Amino acid sequence: MADTGFIPKEKWKAFIEGLSTKAQVWVPCLEGDTVIFRPFSKERNLCFERPANSSPKSVIFPQSDTLFSFKFTKDPETPQKVEVELTENKDFPKTILFGARPCDARGFTVYDRPYTETDTPDPYYKGRREQTTIVTMACQTSWAGCFCTSVEGGPADKTGSDAMITEVEKGYFVEPITEKGKSLLQEPGVEDGSAYQGEARKEQDAVRAMVKKPFGDTVRPKVSKELFDKDEFWEEALAKCLSCGACTYLCPTCYCFNITDEHQTDKGERIRSWDGCMYYHFTLEASGHNPRPTKFQRYKNRVGHKFLFYPEKYNNVIACSGCGRCIRYCPVSVDISEIVSNLQEPGAEAPAQGGNDKKAGSASNG
Amino acid sequence: MDREKLKNVISEVLKDVDVVIGYKEGFDKLHATPCFITKPEQIDQIILNPLCVQNLASYLPSLKKKVGVVVKGCDSRTIVQYMQEGLINRENVVVIGIPCTGIVSVKKVLSKINHQPIVDVIFGDGSTVIVKTQAGEEKLSISDVSPDKCRTCLYPTPVIHDHLAGDPVRSDKKPEDVYKDVEDLSAMSLEERRAYWEKEFDRCIRCYACRNACPMCICQDSCIAESREPHWISQKSNLTEKFMFHMIHALHLAGRCVECGECERACPMGIPVNMLKKKINHDMKELFDYQPGVNPEDKPPMFTFNVEEKKIEEHKL
Repeated sequence: MADTGFIPKEKWKAFIEGLSTKAQVWVPCLEGDTVIFRPFSKERNLCFERPANSSPKSVIFPQSDTLFSFKFTKDPETPQKVEVELTENKDFPKTILFGARPCDARGFTVYDRPYTETDTPDPYYKGRREQTTIVTMACQTSWAGCFCTSVEGGPADKTGSDAMITEVEKGYFVEPITEKGKSLLQEPGVEDGSAYQGEARKEQDAVRAMVKKPFGDTVRPKVSKELFDKDEFWEEALAKCLSCGACTYLCPTCYCFNITDEHQTDKGERIRSWDGCMYYHFTLEASGHNPRPTKFQRYKNRVGHKFLFYPEKYNNVIACSGCGRCIRYCPVSVDISEIVSNLQEPGAEAPAQGGNDKKAGSASNG
Repeated sequence: MDREKLKNVISEVLKDVDVVIGYKEGFDKLHATPCFITKPEQIDQIILNPLCVQNLASYLPSLKKKVGVVVKGCDSRTIVQYMQEGLINRENVVVIGIPCTGIVSVKKVLSKINHQPIVDVIFGDGSTVIVKTQAGEEKLSISDVSPDKCRTCLYPTPVIHDHLAGDPVRSDKKPEDVYKDVEDLSAMSLEERRAYWEKEFDRCIRCYACRNACPMCICQDSCIAESREPHWISQKSNLTEKFMFHMIHALHLAGRCVECGECERACPMGIPVNMLKKKINHDMKELFDYQPGVNPEDKPPMFTFNVEEKKIEEHKL
């Protein structure tokens, strides 16, 4: 069997349709002028020309997820006695995330460390993650705000993907990366791709050169703790911030959540929903005290998590994949890459990723 | 739009205030970003062109100092509304007005150039913009890429200002056209309208960019959408909850929305959220003959009470 595949343009939609008979397939769709991931159906207007406005993180980490539902039943004989019935949600269907971008796929590896690679894995995330095959689309150009190559990624970086697709002149070149990805080659309509490998590589290299480099030549910006701790810097840089949550909710590497019980009279659900560190309520304590009462403190945490705390905890891995969404869609154009660039320790590069981290820099020829 | 004149005004104003809020170039040539000028040497950063889209007046209630603020005609209505509602101390605000000949919608430009990365943006004779991208060059007519609010703008010259950086501009738009889009939408059947909004709101990610960009959304950190005690709205991301949030947003702005369009501009998912607020403003206009943010002496209808309203005939039922 061939190592790589090729799908001619005219068989492209039929190929995706074929996948949808075997699993739930999430694809980027054009609605108005917005690209958004939706479950595939024939009526959808698929869009692979540019990355989706919002990252596809919701496919594995839904915006709101029912952990379990509960029901209270009063004993008619002794009304003081109430029975509680719990139903756990374990419905994780087989899923294909199709047309994610390399930065999106890398994002899931950022989630994996706290959610699955621990002694207490998160069953909901893990359940969906294991059921999902990530088929990534190499980027055809660099878009406004993109800086993936400056955070160890790239427009054809394979970290986190099960297979990668590169658009070539006559169709789509398919490279399997994992065992899950290899099954794509057996789909009807997939031809031997070896003749297109050279063209695809050339395409990938050309795009790589287009991505802007906000941190100079380094691919591991090292944030200076001294600069990071200066409140005046943050106050000035974030004066314009509106403290909305667009950056965190569009981000493929933001994974914070909140848990609430959503009651009706005798039943309800415990749900986990996205939360964002840019909201005032995020750190509001029961006493009424809020350790991060101002927007600059909240944004400082956002940058700190991605470029300082996470790398410290997880073998120097930066928790930002440079997708540029927070820059592109910020209503007041706050630019995280500019902020990190201003925080860089002059002339320093962060240490390379640790060798015992299995995701570190893996299979990255993007 | 005269950048040199604006810079001169800012130099003067800066002598008497702690900060002047203006615009500078953002992360690329297509995006302007608000800038907070505190020192004379920063004035050179200032830009003034149709990319200066944000409503800078929105920052005023949160700044507890003396502020100079650059406002276009549309933005100036925010200041008037703040005065009506007692949200700013007028003495602490120096209003630098920009007579505006129209701005561009960055979303519309991006759509026209197929979202290609920007190399340069050049404003030609005032009616066109040349956008250079990695894929080539596109000459666009500003009127083709202007936000909807510019197409019916009645107040191109700020309705309130302490300085005016340029000669006043007169509107050539008709007042009866302002709510034409709302009337068109209202003409749809109930089922069609419901389907329309369901489709639009389904994209909402509840990021609250619309709320935080809104100059009149003054509850901010106490918004019912996030309040956990009491728990007014569920955190589920289903259509019902999204609808609920947007309806509350719109209703809280009844007779207060100055139609700056920031909610819609801020939305990362391209939802036409401004239309809901315009619809309610339209109703307020019909009922109370009131337009928000025009005259500082006015009392917003929801801030007062008349036993008999001219157009509400509840006593005659």
